[in-house]
Amino acid sequence: MLGKPRRLHRDVSKAVLEESERLPSAERRRFLRNGLFTAGGAMVGGTFAGIAPKALAATQSPPEIPSWTRTLGAGVVTDPYGVPSPFEKDVIRRNVPWLTADKVSSISFSPLQHLKGIITPNGLFFERHHAGRPEIDPQQHRLMIHGLVERPIILSMEDLQRFPSVSQINFIECPANGGMEWRGAQLNSLQFLHGMVSCAEWTGVRLSTLLQEAGIKTEGKWLLAEGADGAAMTRSIPLEKALDDVIVAYAQNGEALRREQGYPIRLVVPGWEGNTHVKWLRRLEVGDKPWMQREETSKYTDLMSDGTAHGFTWVMEAKSVITSPCPEMPLRGKGIHQIEGLAWSGRGKVKAVDISVDGGQNWQQAQLQEPVMSKSLTRFSLEWKWDGNPALLQSRVIDETGYVQPTLAQLKQTRGTNSIYHKNSIQTWKVNADGGVVNVQLS
Amino acid sequence: MSSFPKTPRLLAGACCGILLASLPVIGSAEQAGHYGYGESATDEQIAAWDIDVRPDGMGLPEGSGSVDEGMAVYETYCASCHGAFGEGMGRNPKLAGGDGSLDQDRPEKTVGSYWPYASTLWDYIHRAMPFFAPQSLSDDQVYALTAYVLNLNYIVEADFVANKETLPKVVMPNQDGFTWEDSRPVVNNERCMKDCKESATVSDSAAGKNLTPSTTGPLDEGMTE
Repeated sequence: MLGKPRRLHRDVSKAVLEESERLPSAERRRFLRNGLFTAGGAMVGGTFAGIAPKALAATQSPPEIPSWTRTLGAGVVTDPYGVPSPFEKDVIRRNVPWLTADKVSSISFSPLQHLKGIITPNGLFFERHHAGRPEIDPQQHRLMIHGLVERPIILSMEDLQRFPSVSQINFIECPANGGMEWRGAQLNSLQFLHGMVSCAEWTGVRLSTLLQEAGIKTEGKWLLAEGADGAAMTRSIPLEKALDDVIVAYAQNGEALRREQGYPIRLVVPGWEGNTHVKWLRRLEVGDKPWMQREETSKYTDLMSDGTAHGFTWVMEAKSVITSPCPEMPLRGKGIHQIEGLAWSGRGKVKAVDISVDGGQNWQQAQLQEPVMSKSLTRFSLEWKWDGNPALLQSRVIDETGYVQPTLAQLKQTRGTNSIYHKNSIQTWKVNADGGVVNVQLS
Repeated sequence: MSSFPKTPRLLAGACCGILLASLPVIGSAEQAGHYGYGESATDEQIAAWDIDVRPDGMGLPEGSGSVDEGMAVYETYCASCHGAFGEGMGRNPKLAGGDGSLDQDRPEKTVGSYWPYASTLWDYIHRAMPFFAPQSLSDDQVYALTAYVLNLNYIVEADFVANKETLPKVVMPNQDGFTWEDSRPVVNNERCMKDCKESATVSDSAAGKNLTPSTTGPLDEGMTE
């Protein structure tokens, strides 16, 4: 734990060196070539050459004047599509190699420990593919709507964008998020324990608009959504949900969907398990019964301890987690700390979040940060004065239906340890006396 | 939040009622084709993409395949990942076995022990297998593979021939093992605030288990700790 700051410092120095060598000198050459500066240009060059070694050797804090104050920075469109600072290089999606047979049908986790607010940057949104990420040409992609409809139609991506659009902020959570922990505490990381949830502003067409355009026949009760990838992923969705708040999304946080998120179109099924949000959507069929596809029989069914299983467990129940401190973000000394975290519910809005620092013996209500939206991530925080003694940190969300996030012991009592999916129990972080944070389970 | 009708029955009524159709269009109750975008899907176009199969057999094409034919196809395209007898290789899925294990400590969920419908087997092989070349098999090959995998699980006899008549009649051992409605919430936790329990005891910790990949530095396959 305590070795990390030193390593980070070394990385920072190296990155500063790389940046200072690359960008300012390129700028300098351009200025000199263009003749925009004469005396000024010479001064820039001379100043930079003179100060760089000294600045790199020491801190850039006062009274030193930082090197970046005395040189020119990179020009506009140095990065035509902006990328994070090199100092943020640890903020990336990561995977657990031992979890799946290969990376093509696998998962990557969002670095929740580094994220702020409730919107997940598009490049950090968790990934879950069953046959890899296809490369789809939107000019050639088509959405077909057929089955028990009056007017079977085929829509191009241009057609789709002519319909009235809506935008809504919703989380998507893989129902297997945290599923490795039913039998015990295994992974010591917020990213790997909870990183199969992300949240974005989705823009697209209401599914009800498209289904009305096709005209649902009276017998129509179910919808099958299918992807265009090599898994041709399918899920059956009852029409009541399809007509409620589901959208066919073509944009994510203001820009086209990322390829990993279903470019050019995906389903967004607010509050429901991630598997139903079919990516690379190519076909919607209306039928009178569910199809009982592989992804709703063999997978995404929850085995109980008596050997029976629950299917169609669509909704993601209320869940929360403390994102700071966490194993990746230890406490740096006694005193006042802000306990921060995320809460969400597939059944609506977060009503309250409670925090315990003694393993659930006593609780205090946290502050919720606006906006608090339905089926969206919600931020919470609570000021805490740490006395330096070991502590057991927990968060507990209550949603607008009155549902109170359960403990792991309560979940295991009714579900056993083999249901894989829908583990929404309270997370416990043990804070050690040195400020280190460990994933633990309570008896 | 939405002003749209919530049920298909209401929607169909709004779309097709003669009285409504003669009135000016109000709000979102447009009739089918109101916007007129896109093109009508022809029967041929629908047939080419409509590949889904249901437990009642809807969607199963013409064609057939026997257990013996399935064995040959299986050995060519499937055994390298799923094992000669469906036992699975490495981390690749096991297709057979696990009977009676669902209520055990380490359940084995296979086609024979867990899958509720034979139709799903045809559908999934056809849409997504072999893993490295999805939708490359003929309908007859998929029928044959389905027959073979069912036979590996002792669900059909060695002389079984799968086709659109026989497959929907296959009764899977775990067909009644599922509850198809979301009965949650199954847990009713209480929102206690003070003195909720006597003590808090740590029963398990992730520290020292050496299972966590690094969350700093470049992506690597190694473990920290």
